[in-house]
Amino acid sequence: MEPLVKHKGRVALLSRVNVDTDQIIPKQFLKRIERDGFGEFLFFDWRYLSSGEPNPDFELNAERAQGASILLADANFGCGSSREHAVWALSDYGFRVVIAPSFADIFFNNCFKNGVLPVVIPQDVRDELAASYAAEAWDAITVDLENQVLVTDHGLSVPFDVDPHKKHMLLNGLDDIGLTLQFDEEISGYEARRQVYQLTY
Amino acid sequence: MGKTLFDKIWDAHVVKTLEDGQSLLYIDLHLVHEVTSPQAFAGLRMAGRSVRQPNATFATMDHNIPTDNPYDVRDQIAKKQIDTLIENCREFGVQLADLDSPHQGIVHVIGPELGLTVPGKTIVCGDSHTSTHGAFGALAFGIGTSEVEHVLATQCLWQTRPKTLRIQLEGSLAPGVTSKDVILALIAKYGVNFGTGHVIEFAGSLIPTLTMEQRMTICNMSIEAGARAGLMAPDDTTIAYVKDRPHAPRGEQWEQAVALWRELKSDDDAVFDRDIVFDVTQLSPQVTWGTNPGMGADVNGTVPDPATAPTPVEQRALAAALEYMGLEPGTKITDIPVQHVFIGSCTNARIEDLRLAASVVRGRKVANGVRALVVPGSKQVKRQAESEGLHEIFLAAGFEWREPGCSMCLGMNPDIIPAGERCASTSNRNFEGRQGRGARTHLVSPAMAAAAALAGRFVDVREFAGVHQGGVAHGAAR
Repeated sequence: MEPLVKHKGRVALLSRVNVDTDQIIPKQFLKRIERDGFGEFLFFDWRYLSSGEPNPDFELNAERAQGASILLADANFGCGSSREHAVWALSDYGFRVVIAPSFADIFFNNCFKNGVLPVVIPQDVRDELAASYAAEAWDAITVDLENQVLVTDHGLSVPFDVDPHKKHMLLNGLDDIGLTLQFDEEISGYEARRQVYQLTY
Repeated sequence: MGKTLFDKIWDAHVVKTLEDGQSLLYIDLHLVHEVTSPQAFAGLRMAGRSVRQPNATFATMDHNIPTDNPYDVRDQIAKKQIDTLIENCREFGVQLADLDSPHQGIVHVIGPELGLTVPGKTIVCGDSHTSTHGAFGALAFGIGTSEVEHVLATQCLWQTRPKTLRIQLEGSLAPGVTSKDVILALIAKYGVNFGTGHVIEFAGSLIPTLTMEQRMTICNMSIEAGARAGLMAPDDTTIAYVKDRPHAPRGEQWEQAVALWRELKSDDDAVFDRDIVFDVTQLSPQVTWGTNPGMGADVNGTVPDPATAPTPVEQRALAAALEYMGLEPGTKITDIPVQHVFIGSCTNARIEDLRLAASVVRGRKVANGVRALVVPGSKQVKRQAESEGLHEIFLAAGFEWREPGCSMCLGMNPDIIPAGERCASTSNRNFEGRQGRGARTHLVSPAMAAAAALAGRFVDVREFAGVHQGGVAHGAAR
């Protein structure tokens, strides 16, 4: 996994609540057996008209959002289906950071497994950022995971919390399985003392 | 201080806790399907790893399967995904209920049916509706594909301890009102993210009156409230359901297991992070009108006016939902016509759901212009329904009687709804495009879906003859 220590990037704004993973990557694109190549289908039904042309009204198609690697989203982002394809699509499109007041649990976990940082900030701060971005006060953000702070290019600093374990893994680009296998003895010990109902007959 | 049911299961599965608070949790059962597993097996292969506990891993195919002829997969990409699952299971020694198996079906239907799902287990699957299995007092939750790979390789997962939320469901349900209406009404009242970060324990006087099928419907949709998992304490009903199932404990091990399961309940002095009491006595059948499961109303209600939403963000969300759904504020729910009816999915495709729908349909006809599908949740459900003659009731009324699979719940197979048309669906998500691009989904119970098929619009199933005499009374089909 690619480590994420400090990332500066252009921002795209998506002011919609409860964006579900069916919108992030519609089901017709879940049949691939690879992890890559999902970026072109990101937000497909919103991004393209039924004619196949880009939808000029969709936020990601705005001129300012081109080349964005940070998504400023809204509450309960990534709800619904557990499909990791949603994170693969965001990542493949170029997003490294998603900022929102809240995330759905499974999506939130999936981000960390793929080198994408989900940043939780308070709703009022999110709304303030969205308003100043819309007023063209700034275009880019620097996300500093080490120091847990994001800074807009007009100088506004917003601190954020992150789980220390997830932070460590992402800063170092570590593989979860590698870490777990260090505890192989503990796992075997646990397996030896399982209750009767934990086994499959 | 006492322990909650969640605490008891969690504590019994912690292999190791790190100083940073992460716990390595042992996973007793790993269910696998074709859509979220190929990249996980590929990861194992690349790293030269094996499946740690093939015996605790069980796969089936459900999402992509055509339900008219399951073997006739014309979408070549879907076919490759199905074939990849077969190859992966063979290579890694994972048990697979394939299309030739008498046990194939929707993963969340076959787990309980086969006795793989039992109280006290930790159960995961690369599928958010894994919460279904919580109805047995198992800690069950959906995971992403990276975590699928992690569980295959290590039989464990790194987890942060979630918070607990108890929802006490009090009272009993009126005839014609089902557990689907309970969970839809709960989400309509509290929103689609009130469970985020929490494991919900459903308790209260309603639960002991519910069959396992009804309980599974509630736990299935706890993810639609954002919950990490839904849980219900096992009782006599649970134990009777599990007994003698193919993969359940037997003999002496059965006796030992039952003794341990009797302890699986929250202690009287257990403290939950949050507590909600919800009275179900006055509940009416529910119908969703919007584009998330929280956008719902009583069948005798109306479509709301976006102007009445409390914040501008919610006003915009509501207006966008009504635009997508092609509905005007103030429209009576019972004035909304339907062109499609889908009875199926991991929420409502079990034998009791089909019995309930059949009891409404019996002797009546599907309305002109309505296409209605019944898709049993598994081969076992299908065989059982046919042995009871339910398929004849549906076929005589003009329903299609299909082979098991996820079908119209998510349109990853040929069963999709054309743009702009409406479907009364017993599934779990009414997101934009879920049943096909531009398709308009209304979530309802199996009884309400059956009634909508006959009327060609939403109707209060309680108005149908027989309901008040117990014809479709809650659980009366048994």
